[in-house]
Amino acid sequence: MSNELLLLGPILAAMFTAATPLLFAALGELVVEKSGVLNLGVEGMMLVGAVCGFAITVKTGSSTAGFAAAAVAGAAMGALFGVLTLLLLANQVATGLALTLFGIGLSSLIGQPYVGTPIADVPELHIPGLTDIPVIGEALFGQDAVVYLALLMVPLVHLYLYRTRSGLVLRAVGENHAAAHALGYKVVRIRFLAVMFGGAMSGLAGAYLSLDYTPMWAESMTSGRGWIALALVVFATWKPGRVLLGAWLFGGVTIAQLHVQGMGIAIPSQLLSMLPYLATVVVLVAISRDVARIRLNAPACLGKVFHPDA
Amino acid sequence: MSLLRLEPRGQASRAMVYLTPLLAVALTLASGFLLFWAMGFDPVKALNAFFIAPLSTARGLGELVVKATPLVLCAIGLAIGFRANVWNIGAEGQLTMGAVAGGGLALAFYGDGGWWVLPLMVVAGAAGGMAWAAIPAWLRIRFNASEILTSLMLTYVALLLLNYLVHGPYRDPEGFAFPESRLFEPYAMLPNLVAGTRVHLGALFALLAVAGGWVLIARTFIGFQIKVIGLTPAAAGYAGFDQKRIIWMTFLLSGGLAGIAGLGEVAGPIGQITASISPGYGFTAIIVAFLGRLHPVGILLAALLMALSFIGGEQAQIALGLPKAITGVFQGMLLFFLLATDVLIRYRIRIGGRRAVA
Repeated sequence: MSNELLLLGPILAAMFTAATPLLFAALGELVVEKSGVLNLGVEGMMLVGAVCGFAITVKTGSSTAGFAAAAVAGAAMGALFGVLTLLLLANQVATGLALTLFGIGLSSLIGQPYVGTPIADVPELHIPGLTDIPVIGEALFGQDAVVYLALLMVPLVHLYLYRTRSGLVLRAVGENHAAAHALGYKVVRIRFLAVMFGGAMSGLAGAYLSLDYTPMWAESMTSGRGWIALALVVFATWKPGRVLLGAWLFGGVTIAQLHVQGMGIAIPSQLLSMLPYLATVVVLVAISRDVARIRLNAPACLGKVFHPDA
Repeated sequence: MSLLRLEPRGQASRAMVYLTPLLAVALTLASGFLLFWAMGFDPVKALNAFFIAPLSTARGLGELVVKATPLVLCAIGLAIGFRANVWNIGAEGQLTMGAVAGGGLALAFYGDGGWWVLPLMVVAGAAGGMAWAAIPAWLRIRFNASEILTSLMLTYVALLLLNYLVHGPYRDPEGFAFPESRLFEPYAMLPNLVAGTRVHLGALFALLAVAGGWVLIARTFIGFQIKVIGLTPAAAGYAGFDQKRIIWMTFLLSGGLAGIAGLGEVAGPIGQITASISPGYGFTAIIVAFLGRLHPVGILLAALLMALSFIGGEQAQIALGLPKAITGVFQGMLLFFLLATDVLIRYRIRIGGRRAVA
């Protein structure tokens, strides 16, 4: 077996882990946007999830408790966004930005005592037989459970949106809130739940970073992944399956950049670190230029304020 | 329905436009009181250290102006864009590129410059910010790409570029391994305006930006077009206003101002190029723009308040050992409360569940 092929396993494994936080955050935001709400606060919700997950894991010694706490914290941040935009009818763009700025401050305030605290890594699964397959066994079957949960969320979100009545109602609310309201659906309640779900998913995304990917807490450690997740939703033209594709693509870019750095090629590390951000811009441009497709797929009420009496 | 109900006002309340920022500040202070108390600090002492003590000395007041300067410069440009629904949120990156370009000039002419270096630096700073802002503007117009995401992605790129430069080409050749440039020569520094403080010429630029922004919005046809595009894009289309030109203009304007703000930091209080030239001025400027009601005079007042939150954060850290991150929490809360109370401009809150008879 050639050396290149032996490298494939670790590279695939690293790509899956790098894609996991993007997958959680982008799938959550996809459901939010399908309900007609644009929440730009993903980065802030991820950070609060990351720090709460880390703090609870340190306190309880259980990463499961940490992940649960992160989901709750993210959902709480989502609820805050919901109160402002859905009940008090605040501008969604401005509120989302506020949520991120608040999340950055709040997470570093909560995280202050935890900077430099080590935690145990989340254990990986070991399935005899499957993980022993050469080259790809470890990559495909030897990850920890959270990675598989993220993957599982792709078909779950798809089935929910396109195969359940509740998913149909959620999409109807996103397409035409006035009509959905006239039919008697609770527009505000449905959107509120969607926003909280998006928050919980962002929280998990953040906790994956602080508990598993890096395992540590550092200020602003999400380093723009929340914004990349937002771009992924556009890239996916609001389709769950394509979110998976996008997350792998970005996971791949992230890993490629790290590998090039590791090989000691004479490109300064800072310039290589720009790659994921530049790739996001390129991909966003490539998708957005097809105006007709964006218009066809984007929920028609995305970002619009709804007031039942107006 | 719920106990509280929102009833649309026939007409937006003018009084509330001015009252809600004050209400938001009051609510932020009240929440800050509770927050400090919950963290186990004496809330009165903490709020005093945060918001009052910094204003009690001439030096403190000077620092207020120093920190408000970049906020005003960035926020004026952003606000003009926001009025036209152009969401440039990458001012932090544009500020960084202004410092990189303008400061780079100071390093290029190190040792053999003259009085002419500083004006060139200001021009280069503005050009650096403009160039960085031109990218999301072009991507939006040519490819329909969301300027929110592209301008933000470019901020990360700009910060990494700065980091690379201070570790490489810009690093002081006679310095130790520190990631920072040579100290600028005196002729490459913005002159000090008030002895005993760090207030520099940039403060004057900020005041000019306030005046210029006001004239643009209130007194010119372009300002009128910006307002119409922002309020009713369809009407602007019927009137034949060139939306692409407005996107270009607002982006270049805000990028240029942010670039000058960045140059003002490196050629002002910092005096060299380092890896961190801004504690997030470009992001805080977003809050400043909203808090100031997208109005130049309002922005001036809002910038002074937000500058106070930066200084207060430092003071509280020194005096009480409070974490510096508290600044960001206060800034975020202030914007939340402002956005929340904004509902009062167009709605009345009614108690009781019955729906209004239309």
